[in-house]
Amino acid sequence: MAAAQARSGSAGLWAAAPWLTVALFILPVAAGLIGTLLPAFGYLPALGGHEIGWTPWQMLARQPGIATSLRLGVQVGLLATLVSLGLAAALCASADQHAVYRRLNRLVAPLLATPHVAVAVGLAFLVAPSGWLVRLVSPLLTGWDRPPADLVTVRDPEGLSMVLGLVLKEVPYLVLMIGAALRQVPHEALLRSASALGYGPTSGWFKVVFPRVYAQLRLPVYAVLAYSLSTVEVGLILAPGQPPPLAVLAARWFADYDLQRYFPAAAAAVLQGLVVLACLTLWRLGEMLVARIGRGWCESGRRHGAMVPLVSATAVVGALVWLLGLASLLGMIVWSFAESWRFPAALPHGWSLAIWATQWPQAETTVSTTLSLALTTAAVAVALTVACLENEARRGKAPTHRTLWLVYVPLLVPQIAFLYGFQVVLVRLGLDGSWLAVAWAHLVFVLPYAFLSLADPWRAVDPRYARSAAALGARPARILWRLKLPLLLKPLLLALAIGCAVSVGQYLPTLFAGAGRIATLTTEAVTLSSGADRRIMGVYTVLQAAIPLLAYVMALTLPATLYARRRGMR
Amino acid sequence: MTTSKEAGESLRLDAVRIALPGRELIRSLSIEIAPGEVVTVMGPSGSGKSSLLSFIGGHLHAPFTAEGEVSVGAQRLDSLPPHARGAGILFQDDLLFPHLSVAGNLLFGLPASVQGRQRRLAVIEGALEECGLAGYGKRDPSTLSGGQRARVALMRTLLASPRLLLLDEPFGKLDASLRDDFRRFVFSHAVARGLPTLLVTHDADDARAAAGRVLTLA
Repeated sequence: MAAAQARSGSAGLWAAAPWLTVALFILPVAAGLIGTLLPAFGYLPALGGHEIGWTPWQMLARQPGIATSLRLGVQVGLLATLVSLGLAAALCASADQHAVYRRLNRLVAPLLATPHVAVAVGLAFLVAPSGWLVRLVSPLLTGWDRPPADLVTVRDPEGLSMVLGLVLKEVPYLVLMIGAALRQVPHEALLRSASALGYGPTSGWFKVVFPRVYAQLRLPVYAVLAYSLSTVEVGLILAPGQPPPLAVLAARWFADYDLQRYFPAAAAAVLQGLVVLACLTLWRLGEMLVARIGRGWCESGRRHGAMVPLVSATAVVGALVWLLGLASLLGMIVWSFAESWRFPAALPHGWSLAIWATQWPQAETTVSTTLSLALTTAAVAVALTVACLENEARRGKAPTHRTLWLVYVPLLVPQIAFLYGFQVVLVRLGLDGSWLAVAWAHLVFVLPYAFLSLADPWRAVDPRYARSAAALGARPARILWRLKLPLLLKPLLLALAIGCAVSVGQYLPTLFAGAGRIATLTTEAVTLSSGADRRIMGVYTVLQAAIPLLAYVMALTLPATLYARRRGMR
Repeated sequence: MTTSKEAGESLRLDAVRIALPGRELIRSLSIEIAPGEVVTVMGPSGSGKSSLLSFIGGHLHAPFTAEGEVSVGAQRLDSLPPHARGAGILFQDDLLFPHLSVAGNLLFGLPASVQGRQRRLAVIEGALEECGLAGYGKRDPSTLSGGQRARVALMRTLLASPRLLLLDEPFGKLDASLRDDFRRFVFSHAVARGLPTLLVTHDADDARAAAGRVLTLA
């Protein structure tokens, strides 16, 4: 009896883990949404707003170019998601046939680890009229010995450079997600039976494998869509400024010295939330339409068609996009070590560490803030995730689909729609502008990613291992520490690395929760991106990419070294 | 590891009932298994054979429901947490922990009451000799053959000094040639240590080799 009581006592502690975890990342979103919704209708007593009404919306509607802002955001978001999904699917479909794509798909780490801001800055410097690409072919092919003034390649009015910047980051992410989905689907057997019926590998992949894969890919795609529709940081670097996309407009007003701007800013933020909701609905309807057309296409019995060359061509484009992403990163490294690099030289005139030496004293504090935030939030997120999964295992409860949706909430609700409200809450708690506040804001996004990366490997561990250990007399704590955690070392370290990468990449959460007082590499990079020396930008982007990348490298090599003599751990 | 016969106690199941929502798997099972006796439970898949072992081991979770008493000697097991029941179990797969060496796996099973690194290692080496794998301690389990791994798994279970032995089709995955040897190996150890043993299988040869009572679940 005593033993049974002791058991239920510790089970109670574990049972608290999911509630604590959900509270940590859902409360800020929920409170933040309310805290944004009220000022959007004029209610914010601290700034003299006591009456509920439509005034903020009228101010928003009177803003010149507001229709363009709205259209631009929707256009960029939908286009970036469609293109990313198409390219990622083509790359994965081709990976079964061509080793080149297989190798390419395994190289996801660098682009996955690098924050959006670093990739966007790198891309801007690569494709700008004075950028590396033009320099490589000038003046030989172009005849330009100074950057062409009338050419607009970055911040173009239609937002195409922003689409490209998003695609560079989202293709590797979706490739990774498709890879994970493929492991859950018997895709090799499906392809074999399709080929026995006379379907080639490409049509087989799209007709029998992809529908199964997409069912698992749906939430990641929605997250990509929500992010692309409402990202502020990428917009600040790559989107046109007059007028900017809606989310950027809202962020600009929130940062305005004129505090009365908060009201239309809140309205714009709420509108951004509605835009995401509408686009997700539109996408869902599109899915149904595509499914209906696709069914007819599958049942037509046609073995070959125009799709084979189409997919091959798309995969080539995907590979080029991949290379462009890597070149963006390489370009920033080159800039950071350049002594001087005048147009149109293809390479710097000299190499030096001078910029690093002069920038380091200032950058050092920023690096340590960034690192402390990344390591702490990643560690807390992984610990909470482990506690949730352990509770699930101890209670023998299977996860429901609803839990998964809950985890995705912070990834689907646009940041701009709730971060202001969250800041209001932080002010009330007397926490705003503190390191702790920023860490909490980061945790809202680090937790879902840590959970998503760790949950599948954790649940995939044969439960009979734990039963064997218990049969040998091992207590639950010993099973956790001596069996499960060592068995899951690789996914645990990967979850930590992903957590670090997510934390390092956060722009708006740092800005809002930090009240502008806490600077990380990402906020510095965005600040510097408007007009600083490219070599300084290079330093900040390289640092920004280096921290997550280092974490990934450690996550991939450490288990391999520790378990070098354990074949069963590979 | 000693081969001396220990004074074991019998395993008693009393009115054990296992059910799924809307379906009764085992209505009321009462049986006493003497020390060193092997009782075989047979039945088609889905008949509740493995659930019975899960219930005895303390691992039966929702949607299964179960009631009834499980005891060894005078002690009730069903109120104890799994790790305190002393219910050793072997599965169809050996389930050697892949991150530990062969010796590491055996040391995991050996109770902490055997103290001192040297003494613990000596016990392990004795167990390895007993299963014909002397000197294999430092090996990676994944480099062993299926038969060798199965023997290590049994040794690991026995080192934990269980009070009863549960066998969940442990011979199913072995080659026919190895199967006879391993069966004899397992049963002789169960008898020598006076362990009440419950074997779940759908292979009639297993039941014949066990040479004990056979229960058939519908």
